[in-house]
This record gives sequence, C-alpha cells and structure tokens, in this order.
Amino acid sequence: MKSRYLIPLAVFIVIVGFLAVGLKNDPKRVPSPLVGKPAPRFELPTLYDPEEKITPEKLRGKVWLLNVWASWCVSCRAEHEVIKRLARMNLVPVYGLNYKDEEADAKAWLGQLGNPYEASLVDREGNVGIDWGVYGVPETFVIDKKGIIRHKVIGPVNDEILQETLVPLIRKLIEEEG
Amino acid sequence: MIPEIGHFALILALVIALVQGVFPILGAHRGYASWVALAKPAAQLQFLMLLVSFACLTWAFLQSDFSVLYVAENSNTRLPQIFKFSAVWGAHEGSLLLWALILSAWTAAVTVFGRSLSPLMMARVVGVLGLVATGFLAFLIFTSNPFERLLPAVAEGRDLNPLLQDIGLVMHPPMLYMGYVGFAIPFAFAIAAMLGGRLDAAWARWSRPWTQIAWVFLTLGIALGSWWAYYELGWGGWWFWDPVENASFMPWLAGTALMHSLAVTEKRGAFKAWTVLLAIFTFSLSLLGTFLVRSGVLTSVHAFAADPSRGLFILLFLAVVVGSSLMLYAARASKVRSHVRFELVSRETALLLNNVILVVTTVSILLGTLYPLIIDALGAGKISVGPPYFNAVFIPLTVPLAILIGVGSLARWKRDSFANIWVKVRVAFVASLVFGILFPLVAMQHFSWQAALGMVLAFWVFFSSLKVMKEYARGRGIGGLSLSQWGMTFGHLGVAVFITGITLTSIYSSEKDVRLVPGDSFSLGGYEFLFKGTTHLQGPNYQGDRGEIVITREGEPVTVLYPEKRNYLSGMPMTEAGIDAGLTRDLFVALGEPLDDQGAWAVRIYHKPFVRWIWLGALIMALGGVCSAADKRYRLLARREREALAGGVA
Repeated sequence: MKSRYLIPLAVFIVIVGFLAVGLKNDPKRVPSPLVGKPAPRFELPTLYDPEEKITPEKLRGKVWLLNVWASWCVSCRAEHEVIKRLARMNLVPVYGLNYKDEEADAKAWLGQLGNPYEASLVDREGNVGIDWGVYGVPETFVIDKKGIIRHKVIGPVNDEILQETLVPLIRKLIEEEG
Repeated sequence: MIPEIGHFALILALVIALVQGVFPILGAHRGYASWVALAKPAAQLQFLMLLVSFACLTWAFLQSDFSVLYVAENSNTRLPQIFKFSAVWGAHEGSLLLWALILSAWTAAVTVFGRSLSPLMMARVVGVLGLVATGFLAFLIFTSNPFERLLPAVAEGRDLNPLLQDIGLVMHPPMLYMGYVGFAIPFAFAIAAMLGGRLDAAWARWSRPWTQIAWVFLTLGIALGSWWAYYELGWGGWWFWDPVENASFMPWLAGTALMHSLAVTEKRGAFKAWTVLLAIFTFSLSLLGTFLVRSGVLTSVHAFAADPSRGLFILLFLAVVVGSSLMLYAARASKVRSHVRFELVSRETALLLNNVILVVTTVSILLGTLYPLIIDALGAGKISVGPPYFNAVFIPLTVPLAILIGVGSLARWKRDSFANIWVKVRVAFVASLVFGILFPLVAMQHFSWQAALGMVLAFWVFFSSLKVMKEYARGRGIGGLSLSQWGMTFGHLGVAVFITGITLTSIYSSEKDVRLVPGDSFSLGGYEFLFKGTTHLQGPNYQGDRGEIVITREGEPVTVLYPEKRNYLSGMPMTEAGIDAGLTRDLFVALGEPLDDQGAWAVRIYHKPFVRWIWLGALIMALGGVCSAADKRYRLLARREREALAGGVA
C-alpha cells in the first residue's frame, strides 16, 4: 500500500474531527466581548421618576441584573413571566433597560403585565444599548459586586436558563467578596 | 391504524435493507450463489415497503390526521390540497423518508435496468446500496420517526411553513434528493468494483448513464431552488452562497468532474484510480450536505430545526461510510495501473485540467463553508464567510474552465498539437472577441470590461461548440450526430447561456427602494412604474394586501403587476413579488411595509436584464445530460454483453 493513497483518508479524518467539535458549538451564540469587563458607564433617568438618575457606580457592592426590554418586543412578553419569577425570589435587584421605546407604551405594558423591575432605565435613543453591545432584545446581563459583567443571556430567559444558569451564578456571586 | 402500517412498513424496510446489505456482499465474497441471488428481490421488496410507508404518511396528511405529531406540526385543515401533499416532505422527518424512498427507487431501478450486470457485480452494487439504506433507515426510525403519535390529538395543525407553500418548493426537494441520492449509484459501482478487485473500464461504462441522470436531477433541483429564492424571498437575488446552497452546489461540481473523468476512463482506460476517488468524493459531499443541513452546525437562512443528537448520528454515519470507502481505496487503488499513455497536448490533458479546476473550486467552496465551523472549533472566534469570498474564488476559476471547454472538446485523444487545435478554433476565437466586445456596446446601456469579458467567454463557448458540432457532422450531416454528441453540445451551450445570464444580470441590474403614495410613479431602466394603491386580500390560510403597479415604456402599456404582502395563520409574513418575465429582462416589484395611514408603501423595484438565462442555461445543460444518458451505445453494449454471456453459456 502506497502512502499517497492514504492522503484522502487522512484529510477526511481531520474534517470529521472538526465537524465533531463543531457539533458541540452553537453557531448562533455570539459571545459578548464585554463578559469579564467592567459594565459600560451610563447615567439614565428611570421610567417612573425622570428626576432619579441611576449609574452603575450607585449599584457597586451588590450583584444586580440588567434586563433589556421593550414594549414592541414580542419575545419580551414571553420572557416576562420568568423575569417576574426571578424578581419574586428576592435574590438580587433586577433593573430593566427600556430600549428604544415610547414612555406611554412602556408604562402601559408594565401596567398590563406587571412590573418586576427595581427601576426601568430609559434608553430612548438606544445609545446605552450600543455601549452594552445589545444586538437583539431581550438580553440579560449579570453584574457582580465589583461592577464587572459576568454573564449575558441573549434572547428570552426561560425556566431552564433561570434554574440551571442564572440562579446558581447569582448565588455564587453573592458569596464572593465585594 | 394507517400510520401504524406505515411505521411497520418502515421497520420492515430497515430489516430488509440489512439483509440486502450483508448477505449479497458476503455471498459474492464466499461464492454462495443463494446469498448472491438475494440482492434483487431484497432491493425490490425494500422499495415496496418504503412506498407503502410513504403512501401511509401521505394519507395521514391528506386526511389531516393530527394524532400524528409530524402532521400536526406541518399541516392545517385550511391548507390547499396540493400543499397538504407536498407538506409530506416539508420538514425534517418526511424529507428523510423521501430520501430513503428515492434511494430504494434508484436501487430497484439498477436491478431492473442493469440486467446485463454479472450476478456478482449486481450483488455487490445492491449490497453497498443496502448498507447505505440501513444507515439512513436507522437514522429515520431512531431519531426522526415521522409516524410518532400525538396523544391526545389536537383539533388543528400548526400549518406548513408559508415559505414552502409554493409550487417551486413542491418540486425542489424531490429533484434535489434524486440528484444527491443518485450519486450513490456511481459510488456503489466504484465500491463494488474495488471489492471485486476489477477496476477496469467496465465499471466506468456502467456508472456513466447513472451519473448523468443523477446530475440532471441535481442541476434541475438547484435551478428550481434558485428560481424559487428569486421570486419568493422578494430580495431579487438568485444565489446567496448560503451553506445550504453550497451543500447542493459542491456535489454538483464534483459530479460534473466525475462525468468528465468517467468519459476518459470509459474511452481511454486512463484516470482509473482518480475516477474511483471522485465517485467517493461526490457521494461524500452529498452526505456532508445532508449533515450540514440537518445538524444545524452552521447558521443558514434555511433555518431547519436542529437537533445535536441527529447531527451526531449523521456524522457517525458519514464517518463509517466515507471512512471505510477511503480505507478500501487506499488498499486497492495502489494496485491499479493505467497503462495508457497520452501526450501533454491532448484531450486527456484538457479533461484532467477540467477535473483539477472543478475539484479546486469544490474544495474552495468547502473550505469557505466549513471555515466558520473550523475557526469556532479551534476556539479562535466567531466569523462568517460571505459572498465576497465565494465570488472572489469562483469567478477566476470559471474563466479558465470556460476557455478549456472550447479547447478540450476540439482536441484529439492521445496526441494533438497546438498548431492543429489553433486551426480549428481560430474562427471561433476571433468571432467571440468581436461579438463579446460589441455586445455590451450595442445591446446594453453602457460598456463595461467585466461584461465584455463575460460575453467573450460566453460567445467562445458558443462558437467552439458549434465548431465541435460541425466536426462531428462532417461527412454525415447534422442528423448523423449521436445522442451522446448532442449531449455534450447541449451541455456546453447551456454553459454559454448560463454565463451570459450571470454576467449581464450581475452587471446591469438596477434596484431601488422607494416610498410610493397611490398615484406616484417612478422610472427605472427605461420603464415607468405607476403605483395605483393596495387592496385587502383574503386567501384560504392567509390575509394581506395586494398592490397594483402599472408599467409603461415610453407611454406604451407593458404590463400590470400585483405584488402581495401576506400574513399567514402561523404568524409569518410573506412577500409575493410581482414579476414580468421576459427573455431579455425581468421587471420585479415587491411590497415592503406600509408607511402611514395615507396608503404609502415602501416598494422595491428591480430591473434585471437576462436573468432568465441563468435558469435557461441550467435547463439546456440538463437537456444535454438527458441526451447523453439516452445514447443508444449504452443499450447496445448492454445487449451485446447479454448475448455474449448467453453465447458463452451455450
């Protein structure tokens, strides 16, 4: 057997190796370069009290969640029940980032579906969304006591993500030194 | 009850496929005549079982039996009857069943039309196909059972994906699968020849018509898919270099190389080992395509439901089928000697170059398609490879290929000289330069060098094919051409038409997104588009808006187009473009979004010169394939061998 006739087999084995590894990766998941980095700065009014300004610095020292939502977003509606359950656990404060929305629509939406948020920050122009690398709504960020983004959920949070990823992560972060 | 019969028939088919895969091959190896004789009846029985199974699933769709999960997910009582039928292969499970049915149909066809094959060869070919079928049927039954029940049944089904509710998509998957699966036949012939230890010209002669027919189906399937994307997606594009499109285009390119290389192996006995490798390569790409489409390892506009366990199964299957074939190849190909000599300037060299270019193109597309996956697997980031890469690779490789068509088909076998070839091609050469450069000057709005280059190539292929015809017809007239010679001529003329289409469409198309209020008009490509407004539209399983656009040219009425925007029951919006098709141009209008309460709409208008020529070219190529496969020389050979065999026995 001459070795050059083995070349096709060798090439094929390499390709199968890559395909096997590729099978484990989800091509739709684009990791955020912000995970592990400090939360980008912002200073935004809240939906119900435009005088009150919230910045990430004010939240330093506690673990908190930022959930990006909008009244025009259909999957946010599906996610909302899960976010409410999460808020009811009283583990961490959940802040909303009301993204590119109209004030009246946003208030009507929360009035109808319930308001789980500590406060909803108003990002009407979407500038903060750009700083945070939001490319689809909903998205959910977990920020630790030092103000570092530790995790990002793209798309609606469901019960599986809540129970298997978010809650254990939040519990761990609460244990960490501030 | 009927779905259970279908399920049972499917399981029987798996058992029969296993028998068909194991006994004939072992029998041929050990010389057990009774095991060898199992091949034909097993293959035919397996086909029958799958036919029953497919009929039962079809029945469940036509009856709207929503106690079958697959039916409930992909049909609806309000779905028009024709789409209830095509919904059978509208999603993963059913389309795999169609795959398996087509494979068994091809196998049964081999048992019927391959009567002159020796019993041992027949046993091996059918056996290899049986093993492939075993893998697919196991995949179907264990991971993707279309007959799974939904209890309690639901009252109403979820409806078929609206994108698939279209006549183009009714035909596209069966055609494509006929092509994909058809390449299993030359693959099985190649493996059988290696198992038998006789890699001679005979296997090439047997494989050739089968390869050509599979290639014809694949050509038509890809063209249908491209045509469908053009009028149904509303983007006016006809090819997107999407992974799923590439998955069908790679076997097509490799299959084209295989057809040409089989010609050399059959006629001259050269390239034996290479042709076997190409047969394996082509079928492997068909399987790889299935893997890429069904496993969801790559993102694609064809968002098929992805399931990692299915992906793993197909990958294992791919590894076993291709891995074992390549091992066999490594063991056997080294013993094959091609004792045929040919000079550097000869038709053999031209066909070798053709093969090299086609394989390099295939591998480049494979690399581009898998690159995001490889980079991700190496943990080096997330990237996507888009049309700029594919165009940059594909177009430069097409140019020498088009030049070769003219040179190669006029060169003589074994030995020729440049001087000799030049005498034959010089008229075509000059004519193509003149016509190719004049064409954009005279017929199009403005001159472009790229257009001139494309048209020179198109005319070159056209004139050199005419010259080939003239050479063939010498002394016997045009009626004396054999079907096989017609096949080659049509195949190449199709390429000329195809090159014309893509060149002129890509360079001279114009498109505009405009805001139109009823009464507004817009002019593009010399045509006036007058927007008359929209009316409400009520369909069987959708509602929407229908626009009316009156098109005139220099005051003369041309046509009225009615583009639609539909909202289906399943919640998906769909764009139905209004198209006025013509041989030299298409006018294409798609409704975007309503902009305000005054009836203003975002409207997209395209003027696409010569876009039909793309699909017309594919049709002519396919016609060429049909002619070649129908050549009487295959039937004569079959008869002669049968008689020789009978004579030998007597």
